[in-house]
Amino acid sequence: MSANENNPLKNNEIYMDHIAAAPVRREAVDAMIPLLRDGFGNPQSVHGRGQAAAEVLGRAREQVAALVGADPWDVIFTATGSEANNLALKGVAPARKKKSNRIIISAIEHASVLNPAKTLGKDGYEIVLLPVDGFGIVPVERLKEELGKGAGLVSIMHANTEIGTIEPIEELAAACRERDVPIHSDGWGTAGVIPVNMARLGVSALSIAGQNFGGPPGAAALILPKGTPTRSLIEGGVQERGLRAGQENIPAIAGMGVAAELAAKELEANAARTKAVRDALLSRLPAAIDDVYVTGDPERRLPNHASFCVKYIEGEGMLLFLNQKGIMAASGSACTSKSLKGSHVLQAIGVETALAQGSIVFTMGPESRLEDVDTIISVMKPVIARLREMSPIYKRK
Amino acid sequence: MALYSDKVMDHFMNPRNVGEIPDADGIGEVGNPVCGDMMTFYIKVKNDRLADVKFKTFGCGAAIAVSSMVSEMAKGKTLDEAMGITNDSVAEELGGLPKNKMHCSNLGADALHAAIENYRSKAKGAPAKEASAAGEGESKTCPFCDAELGSGAAPICQSCQIEFEDCPECGKLASNNDAHCPHCGAELKKK
Repeated sequence: MSANENNPLKNNEIYMDHIAAAPVRREAVDAMIPLLRDGFGNPQSVHGRGQAAAEVLGRAREQVAALVGADPWDVIFTATGSEANNLALKGVAPARKKKSNRIIISAIEHASVLNPAKTLGKDGYEIVLLPVDGFGIVPVERLKEELGKGAGLVSIMHANTEIGTIEPIEELAAACRERDVPIHSDGWGTAGVIPVNMARLGVSALSIAGQNFGGPPGAAALILPKGTPTRSLIEGGVQERGLRAGQENIPAIAGMGVAAELAAKELEANAARTKAVRDALLSRLPAAIDDVYVTGDPERRLPNHASFCVKYIEGEGMLLFLNQKGIMAASGSACTSKSLKGSHVLQAIGVETALAQGSIVFTMGPESRLEDVDTIISVMKPVIARLREMSPIYKRK
Repeated sequence: MALYSDKVMDHFMNPRNVGEIPDADGIGEVGNPVCGDMMTFYIKVKNDRLADVKFKTFGCGAAIAVSSMVSEMAKGKTLDEAMGITNDSVAEELGGLPKNKMHCSNLGADALHAAIENYRSKAKGAPAKEASAAGEGESKTCPFCDAELGSGAAPICQSCQIEFEDCPECGKLASNNDAHCPHCGAELKKK
């Protein structure tokens, strides 16, 4: 199948919000449709329909496990990445409470790690927020220091979705192993995008989501090796080793499996392609427009991620104007979030609150082209100039 | 459904009355860039009527649309009529705003009123001073969410979890995460 058939975008659309949701691969859809139509069996059933569904589930489990170098039985399917993160935090921490009630996480985790940690904090756990440096990197020494005071669980994301920074997970995990403390990592943004291997990373648990690499919404997984003491969040039947009761979403899981297999195959080529677009945008946008700053680490960075702060203006206005021209991006500004709170990530890396309002994030996919960078820059120039003309703080320069 | 109504999008894409009035009779400013929205209104008054209204706004689509709408509603009105424009009536005129934007972006009427009050205080012969909703004096509220700030040396907004300090230059509230005052650009001492 050509790359084109996998590109559902209209001609004039430039979709650079892949980290929010990537286009679902046609091959995944093709695998799902017959299952939605006729694959109605319950994998727990003894009869033919049930066993056919069980077979589909088993195959997807193998495909997803292969993407991250895990044993198929380590895969606990969930509905979303958020659910996987919740299970890692609220499931593993209680099972470790007797050893230590300290939970160490980074200050730039996704809300689906931060908020479960907050809740556990109310339940008597001690939550330690590790600060990051100006590029968003968790200093290994700081983690070691905190581990020395005791810890029941550590959770540090593999890469940050807002600033693209890839954490030194191998070293962080090695520090945890030395102290015999399990470390969970949120692999949203990395699995299917850069090489992710459980053993090489050395993590005890990993959250991944199909939506990141062309799977459908509704299927994600926590990779959790057998024998990890864990408390179930959804109790009921024995599905997913009893850790996630409820009948499996077979079509979505099958779609995730197909996407995982293809992502593994095409990972290198896709990373090279997006990296060329990323690098062009990272270097050319700040050169073309005054007072545009790159956020995150320039080197240790997702190959499909370019993020900036544009001074004197606010992100949502930019997104709305870009959208008018068919360019779709994201922002961490307070105004674009439903809660109207500014980005905790930009705050953690020391970006001034007013500057953080001008946040804009582009995440590319296999269909992104170098020419898109020309279009983005030519559209952004007048948009930024116009919003700055309107801005009462611009005149003060 | 789109994020904003067609009317909001029209005022955002083609805002009316953007700019400054160099010899304005009154200037009013609300919000600050830390909270994501800041509006400055300039008015020219003739025979107790608003002969001209201009604005500059830092903020989201809603904030820009609100400013534009207010300027259009206010132009030509008497000062008393203009004081009767409310944030709610602006939102209504725009065909509604998303719920979560009603509070934070819908400050246009406040900024207009601040400009009129600025004009009136000048007309009375009081010392000319930029009126500001976030100025000193009465009890302080969070520029983000309007919640009352805890009194004390360092006011903290409990709901936004941001600590503020008074800018040593202009006296307005600045988040103490910032190195520079968002209002006047003065350097803030880091703790």
